[in-house]
Amino acid sequence: MAIEKLIWLIPLPPVLAFALIVLFTNKNKALSHSVAIGAAFLSWLGAMYVFLSALGVEHFGEHPYESSINWLPTGETWLKIGVLIDPLSATVLFFVAWTVLMIFLYSVGYHNFGQPAGDHDHKGLPPHGATEHGHAVLSIEPMYSRFFAFISLFAFGMLTLVVSDNLLTMFVGWEIMGLCSYLLIGFWFGKESARNAAIKAFMTTRIGDVFMLLGISYLYSTTGTLSFRAIFTVEILHTLATIPSGVFGLSAAGLIGLLLFIGTVGKSAQFPLHVWLPDAMEGPTPVSAMIHAATMVSAGVYAVIRMYPLISLDEKTMTVVAFIGAFTAIFAATIAVAQNDIKRVLAYSTISQLGFMIAALGIHAYIAAVFHLVTHAFFKALLFLGSGSVIHGMEHGVLHTGNHKVDPQDMFNMGGLKNKMPITFWTFLIGGFALSGFPLITAGFWSKDEILADAWGHGHMIIFFTLAVAAFMTAFYTMRQITLTFLGEARTPEAEHAHETPWTMTVPLIILSGFAIGYGWFGIPEHFPVLGGLVPNWFHEFVGGTLAEHPEAVEFSWVPLGVSLFVAFVGLLCGWLMYRNVKSAAEDVFQISFLKNKYYFDELYDFLFVKPIYWFSENVVYKFMDMTVINGILHLFGPSTGGIGSTIRNYFDLPIINRLIGDGSADVTYWFGGKLTRIQSGRIQQYLVLSLTALFVIGGLIYFFLLA
Amino acid sequence: MQFLNEHLLSLILFIPTFAALIMLFLPGEEVKLHRWFAFAASLIPLGLTIYLWNLFDSNKTGFQFQESYVWYEAIHSSFHLGVDGISLSMVLLTTLLTPLAILASFTVSDKVKAFFMLFLFLETGMLGVFLALDLLIFFVFWEIGLVPMYFLINQWGSANRNYASLKFMIYTMGGSLGLLLAIQMLGVLFGTYDLLALYQRWNSLSASDILMGMPVHTIKTIAFWAFVIAFAIKVPIWPFHTWLPDAHTEAPTGGSMILAGVLLKLGAYGFIRLVLPFYPLESKIFAGALAALAVAAIVFGAFASYAQTDFKRLVAYSSVNHMGFVVLGIAAAGLAAGTNDAHIAMNGAVLQMFNHGLSAAGMFFLVGVIYERTHTRNLNDFGGLFPLVPVYGGILIFTSMASLGLPGLNGFVSEFLVVRGAYPVLKIYTAISMIGLLFTGAYILKGIKSVLHGPMNEHWAHGEHKLTEINTREILVMLPLMALILVIGVWPAWILDVINKAVVALF
Repeated sequence: MAIEKLIWLIPLPPVLAFALIVLFTNKNKALSHSVAIGAAFLSWLGAMYVFLSALGVEHFGEHPYESSINWLPTGETWLKIGVLIDPLSATVLFFVAWTVLMIFLYSVGYHNFGQPAGDHDHKGLPPHGATEHGHAVLSIEPMYSRFFAFISLFAFGMLTLVVSDNLLTMFVGWEIMGLCSYLLIGFWFGKESARNAAIKAFMTTRIGDVFMLLGISYLYSTTGTLSFRAIFTVEILHTLATIPSGVFGLSAAGLIGLLLFIGTVGKSAQFPLHVWLPDAMEGPTPVSAMIHAATMVSAGVYAVIRMYPLISLDEKTMTVVAFIGAFTAIFAATIAVAQNDIKRVLAYSTISQLGFMIAALGIHAYIAAVFHLVTHAFFKALLFLGSGSVIHGMEHGVLHTGNHKVDPQDMFNMGGLKNKMPITFWTFLIGGFALSGFPLITAGFWSKDEILADAWGHGHMIIFFTLAVAAFMTAFYTMRQITLTFLGEARTPEAEHAHETPWTMTVPLIILSGFAIGYGWFGIPEHFPVLGGLVPNWFHEFVGGTLAEHPEAVEFSWVPLGVSLFVAFVGLLCGWLMYRNVKSAAEDVFQISFLKNKYYFDELYDFLFVKPIYWFSENVVYKFMDMTVINGILHLFGPSTGGIGSTIRNYFDLPIINRLIGDGSADVTYWFGGKLTRIQSGRIQQYLVLSLTALFVIGGLIYFFLLA
Repeated sequence: MQFLNEHLLSLILFIPTFAALIMLFLPGEEVKLHRWFAFAASLIPLGLTIYLWNLFDSNKTGFQFQESYVWYEAIHSSFHLGVDGISLSMVLLTTLLTPLAILASFTVSDKVKAFFMLFLFLETGMLGVFLALDLLIFFVFWEIGLVPMYFLINQWGSANRNYASLKFMIYTMGGSLGLLLAIQMLGVLFGTYDLLALYQRWNSLSASDILMGMPVHTIKTIAFWAFVIAFAIKVPIWPFHTWLPDAHTEAPTGGSMILAGVLLKLGAYGFIRLVLPFYPLESKIFAGALAALAVAAIVFGAFASYAQTDFKRLVAYSSVNHMGFVVLGIAAAGLAAGTNDAHIAMNGAVLQMFNHGLSAAGMFFLVGVIYERTHTRNLNDFGGLFPLVPVYGGILIFTSMASLGLPGLNGFVSEFLVVRGAYPVLKIYTAISMIGLLFTGAYILKGIKSVLHGPMNEHWAHGEHKLTEINTREILVMLPLMALILVIGVWPAWILDVINKAVVALF
């Protein structure tokens, strides 16, 4: 089969799985997950085949796989849509296919497949456990099949986005993911918090989306095309860079770039639209992994990386991008330090790491941004799945003790899980170290180091120091998390009875930890001391080919490397030293309410936007404008026409027509008749006199008027 | 066969009326017979329309399948019918939604015969507007459509039906007074009501000519606004929209489906068929004003919808929001006439008409399904119904997402085209309309949240209040709508190509 045709087919299996599960197999849980995983596997197979073939193509960036068809008739021309696999999308496709498949497999265990149905479980609420042989055991998710249908659709959205050769289908995939995140964050819709989180996620990202839609329209109307390769030609880029947009002194390219970037700010949860991502933890943990690693937030970063040739034309926009990224990186890191929920720490770390990528892109460190995107996807998927495994183990403990008041996600209820859940521990440790940038062996080190080296090498000092501090905090809160969760002694009886999770959950962890370590070796800079040059810097070569001008590798310098090593080691060490003996949350110095409450952004937005808008809608737009003013005017017509009617009747019809003319003429006739009765006396002489009088009068008149 | 091909349009137009007249002679108490007869009769125009669609050659410009009969010779009005790509898609929408609305109304048990007869008359009225190529005929059908709808609301509506039906009737008729005068003026000036002849002659006048003692420019401006107000009330454009939530909310389910699905399109169709071709210059001059009203409809419609606690009113206001995009597209097409932007905007407007017909009819039906079972539309009475009625919930989410404009479903394609077409010529307006697009999300999600989500609703779960799942007949109503919603979202070219060719030829 021609490889282009195969690329068209890659996103299809999951969407077919979605349809199959929804329409036919939803009653049968085993069949449903088999369909979903089978479909994910097919897509994975296709993706691997395409990826491996791409590796064998010389100058792949100049001769990518592409194919397109006419889709929308627009006047005399057609809007084309199609697929494109170039080095960038091949790289992204690789990690998406892997992480998606792992998450699908993991979900089987996470939703307790094979366990009995719960005693009191309801659709829309997390399973509460069942009783078997007198023991409390975990119970299967009541909407098990539905879950697999939704994540299949999610995977379809992401794969569509990645293989797209144009902004429009990319946006289609983008929005389908928005829907899926809504459906999955609100998966347990019986919980008030989940419902609100779902709406918050959808609406916050939609703010970005409408800006993006404007950007797409602007780009499309200026260039007449939405295909990446058609836009990224020298002439069109030159035109876009020279046309002024009339807004903030930006060029057309700058404004389009900014609008598209706002879309990414929403999707990748950058400041100030970051508020939805931590709440997205309300969904089942595989969903968190899906959103935070494999798909949604990566899609946001992917979109700006994809549009880099356009966005990079205007330095003003790039500055905005760099500063939003750097600020988000450090801002989110400060919040992460104070969180107690194991998933929330990770959520803020995601926001922070995405900030790293965005900042990297903003300082033209294109390859570093892509590299961090990939490594982050692997180790963050690993961490989320690991945290899910921990929670799962803790739920086991909760069922054992029967104390349902214990929050299985609170790290202060854990401790000492290292021995209870060894596989989860070791894999989590690998993921955590990768996140912290533990030197040399973890993938996260290589990608983060490259960002710092680029920032230093190109003289972006503010960005460099901000990111360095953020990296320090990252190492610190990661070690805080690992220490509180796994090390030391169990702080609750539930943690004592935690249990390692089934193989469907641990196997994905092991595979992902392989990537969290190994992937970094494909991007070791050539001039790195000792290691440089041992393995060719494949990543730089391959991904760099995407751009028309292959980016130069930055000069090696000891400063960023030293800083990188320092923040990782010292951060980890501090985290361990500070938390190894902490017994409860009360002893934690970072329980600062300002940080714990995320700088009160939720409350602020609620106060500034959510409440006023509802008030405005209800009272101003609906009750005042429509019901009072507009309907008020309309209702005037009734009484006023009625008024005119009754005026005419009372002052014209009744007195003049009826009284004067109608009744009046009758009255006059009657009166006249009454008077005339007197002459009807019956006396002949009188009649004769009258007749003669009449004769003379008429005769006189005739004579006077006619004859004279 | 030849007879069929030569009289295809009049057959499509009059078969419903003919069927309604036959119903007159059916025994009055046979409720089932009436339902099935009306349903079967309404399938014939649908079948013929599909046949028409296949015969239609979209590469030919101008009107096809024209028929012309002597009608009112004294004033040179003839019974002239014809279709082009734009009207064809509207005819398809009408003949598709009528059987579905009839099928949706199978639960009506009061005065069944009259109910379905009115529906069939209504179908003729609506089709006539789309098929007419003579201004007088256009106006006659325009007014005919009002009467059955008035009675449908007035006789089978809910609590506040008298107010709503009167408002609907008076408002629309009031608007069409100016239309009638303007049409008469054209008839007097040119001695014909034929659209094709008028297109030519009316536009060949130069602006400085004197007609009836006034410069042509003044006459045209007056006539332009007479047309615009009539159509603006029907669409409805803000601030003429307040009849809509009342009429839609009070109408019986089938009536709401047709009202939202087709009747609103008559107004937009009037803009496309009459206003833009007759008044290209005025359309350009006043495009800004029209766009401002369209944007007001988009934004305020979304806000007002968000403020509702009545499920049906929420959906009703969403129509104001969605039809705003149609008008925005029309305004942009008027402003940029002759350019590719105009074609794209107009494509978007026409497709949006079709798409809104599908999704709004679906939404009103789904509201009806739940209202029939619970006898309440108050959103505060619902919540947590998803576990009770999963199939209904799935269908509701799907249709809501179409209404929200989710990419992959139909609404997105048309909204994207409108935004793309309008952006280069009406930048600020388009940018403001994005607020409306954002809040489309807010009210749709509010609807889903207050109906489906939440802990399982105990009130509707047991005993006499037990909510039953959507039944087969109801699923059959939704199935064609959902299929088209998806098909147009994924592969819009089959319909858009037909529309596009007509649009390129006209504008």
